[in-house]
Amino acid sequence: MIPTKFAYEAPTSVEDALRLLGEAGDEGKILAGGMSLIPVLKLRLAGPEVLIDLGKIEDLRGIREDGDALVIGAMTPHHVVAHDPLVEQHAGLIAAASKTVADPQVRHRGTFGGGLVHADPAGDLPAPALAMGAEFVVAGPGGTRTVPASEFFVDLFTTAVGEDEILTHVRIPKHTGWGSSYKKFTRVAQQWSIVAVAATVRVENGTIAEAQIGLTNMGSTPIRPAAVEQALVGVSLDEAAVAAATASVAEGTTPPSDTNGDADYRRHLAGVLTKRAVLTAAGA
Amino acid sequence: MANTPISVTVDQVTYEDDVEPRTLLVQYLREQLGKTGTLIGCDTTNCGACTVHLDGQSVKSCTMFAVQADGHDVTTIEGLAQDGDLHPMQQAFHEKHALQCGFCTPGMIMQSIALLQENPNPTEQEVREGLEGNLCRCTGYQNIVAAVQAAAGAGSAAGTQSEEGAA
Ligand SMILES: Cc1cc2nc3c(=O)[nH]c(=O)nc-3n(C[C@H](O)[C@H](O)[C@H](O)COP(=O)(O)OP(=O)(O)OC[C@H]3O[C@@H](n4cnc5c(N)ncnc54)[C@H](O)[C@@H]3O)c2cc1C
Ligand code: FES
Ligand code: FES
Repeated sequence: MIPTKFAYEAPTSVEDALRLLGEAGDEGKILAGGMSLIPVLKLRLAGPEVLIDLGKIEDLRGIREDGDALVIGAMTPHHVVAHDPLVEQHAGLIAAASKTVADPQVRHRGTFGGGLVHADPAGDLPAPALAMGAEFVVAGPGGTRTVPASEFFVDLFTTAVGEDEILTHVRIPKHTGWGSSYKKFTRVAQQWSIVAVAATVRVENGTIAEAQIGLTNMGSTPIRPAAVEQALVGVSLDEAAVAAATASVAEGTTPPSDTNGDADYRRHLAGVLTKRAVLTAAGA
Repeated sequence: MANTPISVTVDQVTYEDDVEPRTLLVQYLREQLGKTGTLIGCDTTNCGACTVHLDGQSVKSCTMFAVQADGHDVTTIEGLAQDGDLHPMQQAFHEKHALQCGFCTPGMIMQSIALLQENPNPTEQEVREGLEGNLCRCTGYQNIVAAVQAAAGAGSAAGTQSEEGAA
């Protein structure tokens, strides 16, 4: 399957990429790792006239510390994020989730930013980013703005990044010393999440001091169950106590029904996986 | 629309070419360079038959444009043997009879080499997870896993890339 014809641009700076994107107007599309976009182009579900490849912009790659945050470049491949020592130390949840994306070949090409902007409800990066309170640095014709995670995921496959904008970096507040776990439920290899739960937890004197949680594929956008996070504060590392605090996690959610499971099955899974993710993250 | 000039090294030979931007890397390898050792199975990023190395890392060449390989180094299954000697991973697949029809084999071997580079001493479970993106309809995977483990046991050479790229 061959895509429709397009012109190809490979700028070496964000400024040039923004200019090319502006010139292309409605007909331009950003190409990152291509692991979601190229299959779409091959199926001819989209046919942009200009592809603007971010692959040659060095500034968009890599991971660095900036005070109390980690800054991850949008074009950093999943494989690099998954094995980076800084991510492991300060944002273990992001490393854990990145390891579960697709398969090794896809992780070598697919990017952290692409997985977030693509905003597939079953994608594995949005819920951990939401749970950790990430901030999204977005460059556009009018300059750069920062979008909090709570405003970034707008709908199915839709984020706050406009047609004429580029996600350049993601700032993740350091969670040094927190435990983390990403419980992804699938039935066959290389599958997208049927449901997944992201949890990062800080334990103090044998009880949970803070918990941050994100749900994957429990609605059109990732969900942060604030009531459950509150209920977990002060809970001991005991299975029954954690189960009681997390039992209501699926309340008010509207997960999809499909051949992998109906909505009730997904709600049940969310409860089981939240309990397991919190216990694992807490080291229990 | 205009063709795009690219300079790409494939199996240690550098090519300067003009390609249509929508040309897939696998198409370029097979149709323009005649390297038909790299196969197209699913054409949907699932089966791994088209796996090649890009700067030493495994990628699915059906889901990349040739223009994206500009300035990079590609190794295909055809670049592994040196002076008629099979690469240790090819040898292990041969000895363990890790194939039946052979269609998945080029991709399996390329991914297996990448796997051992990242994890030189994998457990059986780690081998299976490392080959998650490669499908085989014939073998049931048993002998493929055995071949990778044999290659790992045979030493570090199995995870090296012959004289690929700058390695
Ligand atoms: C077989 C297979 C299995 C997969 N399984 C999973 C899985 O289990 N979990 C999972 O999370 N993902 C999965 N994926 C998707 C994979 O994670 C992709 O890498 C990711 O969704 C998109 O990232 P990309 O860099 O490839 O982006 P692309 O495909 O290049 O782009 C995706 C979209 O985002 C836009 N975009 C990308 N980057 C930017 C940016 N910086 N600024 C503005 N717009 C941008 C593009 O214009 C495009 O619309 C799978 C993919 C395949 C092929
Ligand atoms: S042909 Fe590329 S993954 Fe199947
Ligand atoms: S040997 Fe036939 S597909 Fe693997």
